[in-house]
Amino acid sequence: MDWEFTQETFVSLVSALPLTLSLAATAITLGAILALALALARTSGILVLDWFARAYVFVFRGTPLLVQIFLIYYGLSQFPAVRHSIFWPVLRDAYWCAVMALSLNTAAYASEIIRGGLLSVPHGQVEAARACGMPRLMVFRRIVLPLAIRQALPGYGNEMISMIKATSLASIITIMEVTGVAARIISETYRAIEVFVVAGFIYLAINFLLTRLVQLVEFKLSPHLRQPENAAQMAIAGDAR
Amino acid sequence: MNLPLSAVESPALSVKDLHKSFGPIEVLKGISLDAREGEVVSILGSSGSGKSTFLRCINMLETPDSGTITVGGETIKMVPARHGKSKPADIAQVDRVRSRLGMVFQSFNLWTHKTILENIIEAPVHVQKRPRDECIEEAEALLAKVGIADKRNQYPSHLSGGQQQRAAIARALAMRPDVMLFDEPTSALDPELVGEVLRVMRSLAEEGRTMLIVTHEMGFARDVSSRVIFLHKGLVEEDGSPKDVFKNSRSDRFRQFIKG
Repeated sequence: MDWEFTQETFVSLVSALPLTLSLAATAITLGAILALALALARTSGILVLDWFARAYVFVFRGTPLLVQIFLIYYGLSQFPAVRHSIFWPVLRDAYWCAVMALSLNTAAYASEIIRGGLLSVPHGQVEAARACGMPRLMVFRRIVLPLAIRQALPGYGNEMISMIKATSLASIITIMEVTGVAARIISETYRAIEVFVVAGFIYLAINFLLTRLVQLVEFKLSPHLRQPENAAQMAIAGDAR
Repeated sequence: MNLPLSAVESPALSVKDLHKSFGPIEVLKGISLDAREGEVVSILGSSGSGKSTFLRCINMLETPDSGTITVGGETIKMVPARHGKSKPADIAQVDRVRSRLGMVFQSFNLWTHKTILENIIEAPVHVQKRPRDECIEEAEALLAKVGIADKRNQYPSHLSGGQQQRAAIARALAMRPDVMLFDEPTSALDPELVGEVLRVMRSLAEEGRTMLIVTHEMGFARDVSSRVIFLHKGLVEEDGSPKDVFKNSRSDRFRQFIKG
């Protein structure tokens, strides 16, 4: 391996990091909102919503993300109606097409993770809240959702890691994120090993930080699952706040 | 019993002709009950007699098929629903009535992600919109009263069953309810922890709180309650003072029931 070339490559690839992170962060955020809506539709007991969510998850989980990206980027522009719609400024932009495909895809997986979390909330927790006279929305916001998130977090961590890696597919539709830049450097230099090792390392580093972040959030959210001594200390710290 | 005249006139809780079926099984076949202010009513009955369902209908955790429920003079408005049943007309009214009824569950149902203190101030702060500081002060007094002041910052999972149930009683009291409903509050407890919960309930009874207690604790029902109701197959089989009911019951079923 050529050390100097590797360093140069690293600098080039890191300069593409903001784009990778922005793709991932936007897709995960939008995907989470959509996923929550889908999970609620699935658990609503309203048949139409339930079946819509089921069909959505079936389609977006059952087809390759790459195909979805192609369909949105190359496919939608085939329709004049799309080209003349108000969404065209967004849909002709490769970045937003990638964000859209990633969001729609992650929402399908994440909705099932969130649904699992929602179903895990014991009925007694909800009954106690209703018995206090809490309106439905408040029960959801203050009791059900916090408990569901704690339950869903480990699974959601997996999904977020998948999304970080999935952003590399955006390089196929001209986006110069980390993998896109790596592919360009290889086509100029034919030095696949150094470039892809560096690219792989960068994804590894992002996911290392992401994993730690998820662990931290999990720790903060579950003092009730730890030993009392630990919890007592946390509570004392909480008192001081 | 020395009750103020006004309290005798208007019942704190009035239930009229309550019916409830689950599928083809009719669990409640027309139950009525007036509880005066300060009255402690023990509801006895073998399992399947409908006593828990009756209690859960009062705060609409189960929707009765028919019948009326009045708490502190406010009657829950019902409208016809499908299959000849009824449903609450106004969810906001149900929520309002619920906040005047303190419910204690068999399995405590403390919110696991909140500390004991957070559990207790949750409804006063967020449902009743009372000032947080005032609620914390009151919560601490309640915790001291049920004997777990030192547990305020612990999570429910770190407490024993008896402590959790006492915290749950404090949580129900924190809403300043007109009536306390207890659904087999000691049935999920180890025998040695039953006493501490019953002691707290006894002190509430002595304070003159209106209480409805579904229980299997015969001694408690006899000594503490002012009235005992025995349900059998969805109907009231016995209703009277503990002395009357336990000593001079005309019901064979009740005599059999207390014999065990």
